[in-house]
Amino acid sequence: MTDKPRNWRRATDARGPLTRRELLAGAAGAISAAAVAPVSGQQSVDTTRRPGRGPSEMDQRSPFVTLQRDPSATSSRTPLQDLRGTITPADLHFERHHGGVPEIDPARYELLIHGLVDRPTVFSLADLKRFPSTSRICFLECSGNLRRGGPETLPQMVCGLTSQTEWTGVMLSTLFDEVGAKPDATWFLAEGQDAAVLTRSIPMEKAFDDAMIVYAQNGDALMPGNGYPARLLLPGFEGNSSVKWLRRIELADRPFMTREETSKYTDPLGDGDTMRQFSFVMDARSIITDPAYPRVIEPGWHEIRGLAWSGRGRITRVDISTDAGTTWYPADLQAPVLPKAHVRFRYLWNWPGERSEIMSRATDDTGYVQPTWDVLREARGPRTRYHQNPITSWTVGDDGRVLFGAERLRS
Amino acid sequence: MIGPGARVGVLGGRPVTVATIAITVVCLGVVGARLSEGAAQQRASSGPLPETFGFGRPATPAGIATLDIDVMPDGTGLPPGSGTAATGTPLWGRACRGCHGREGEGGTAAPLVGRDPSGRPLTVGNLWPYATTLYDYINRAMPRPTPGTLTPDQVYSLVAWILAKNEIIAEDAVMNAETLPSVVMPARDRFVPDDRRGGPEVR
Repeated sequence: MTDKPRNWRRATDARGPLTRRELLAGAAGAISAAAVAPVSGQQSVDTTRRPGRGPSEMDQRSPFVTLQRDPSATSSRTPLQDLRGTITPADLHFERHHGGVPEIDPARYELLIHGLVDRPTVFSLADLKRFPSTSRICFLECSGNLRRGGPETLPQMVCGLTSQTEWTGVMLSTLFDEVGAKPDATWFLAEGQDAAVLTRSIPMEKAFDDAMIVYAQNGDALMPGNGYPARLLLPGFEGNSSVKWLRRIELADRPFMTREETSKYTDPLGDGDTMRQFSFVMDARSIITDPAYPRVIEPGWHEIRGLAWSGRGRITRVDISTDAGTTWYPADLQAPVLPKAHVRFRYLWNWPGERSEIMSRATDDTGYVQPTWDVLREARGPRTRYHQNPITSWTVGDDGRVLFGAERLRS
Repeated sequence: MIGPGARVGVLGGRPVTVATIAITVVCLGVVGARLSEGAAQQRASSGPLPETFGFGRPATPAGIATLDIDVMPDGTGLPPGSGTAATGTPLWGRACRGCHGREGEGGTAAPLVGRDPSGRPLTVGNLWPYATTLYDYINRAMPRPTPGTLTPDQVYSLVAWILAKNEIIAEDAVMNAETLPSVVMPARDRFVPDDRRGGPEVR
């Protein structure tokens, strides 16, 4: 993590400025901060010879750890290459929003549910928290999650618009039972309280399957960029449909045809004319997060590590090729393998020091196999914009330099 | 009433019938037998849920009206008011041109004007299936720095300007709650339901 790639957006001081809390901690804090300041070429202070800092209200990452999302004008991407397990720290969860992040007072927050219901009802945040609660670990991925880039592309840039969280909230079905959803309701509209007042139409089947309204992220309150104080959560569906800052749900007998489900988030097909609509589910996908650009590796044993996931259910296998897709071998999957969740895969590889190309391929419990770029383009045509989940690769040069296999994604 | 959206099936291609919902509700209340595996795990309830919890407060018609701003393809939700391309022109110059270009050709924001048999670029003329969506979106989210500030007459005027520039309506056509839903968009039939179902076939 010390060797930042050339296209890293911000030069970072490994130590960073002192925080207010460190300053307030007084002399002990100052000594502590000085003790951890890494100075190149200088012997580090023996931490066994002086006490470290005392307990604090909230811990912070080690000054030696620099983790950053990669922000653009409309989104910021999770640093997949720097994370080890399957849960994304809340402050590194990807963000994508259409009107900025609103600041919402939880005491004034309200959710209206109306339309084809027996009892139109307004719920406060406290009301939502009184209902039976449930927690679920699942991934959330933006359907626009592919940057093809050049050889010097980080995993974060390739597909950092996916993250995983333990969400806590109330089942949407519980709320729909509470308000008396009418039998003729087939769709519901979810609307956000952001400046885009973002709306999506969702089939009622999803509400009675596994949809939730969540107010906690990894046990904590939602981060503002992820919908504080409450958002919709549709496991396995494209992230845009899990509407954040949820203020209103309207039940109806047809979809609303909002901008985000007509001119956006629809998939041009190969005939050049038709567009696939309401393509919610995220198909199976995987990416090797290590070794990846900008690593330079030594000959010998390496554990190829990465993430695989499917919006349709469980990942059943991940295969690894170290010879550019000629032969494939199964990777180990870290238990528990949860449905609609990132799973960590690992494959031990003895790199011989020769030019190689490594790639991963996910299979889910429907029998779907993650396609190559060519297969995907054959099925969808050249204009496909969303839901791109091709097999991606990393090349390892005979000098050990690892580069993104951008050539595989050329049209 | 089933409007223009009727041809789009719900998830899985099956409409949700009364019976399906009834069965679902019953199962949710008992053991969650019809839930997906993941959902069933979450609903390891110690017993059936009560009929209602009684949380929340009843929504009033006035409270609903304040928030219920969506407009559907059949015109449901359109307010009184009207506008034409001519009344939209000064508004366009003031509120839209800076990002979408003088003639709607695009700039820092997406191009909105253009008709081409290839369906490109992704303009209102080429891609938007319902004219009502224009009203809904402009009213809720535009202009970007000050969303939600346009009056119904102003929104109708901008909708008329954009539709006229795309040569979908006449220059002097009046857009209001009656005329807007009847506008047939060139991209009306471009959309098909999702046919991906998992399994070995890549779609």
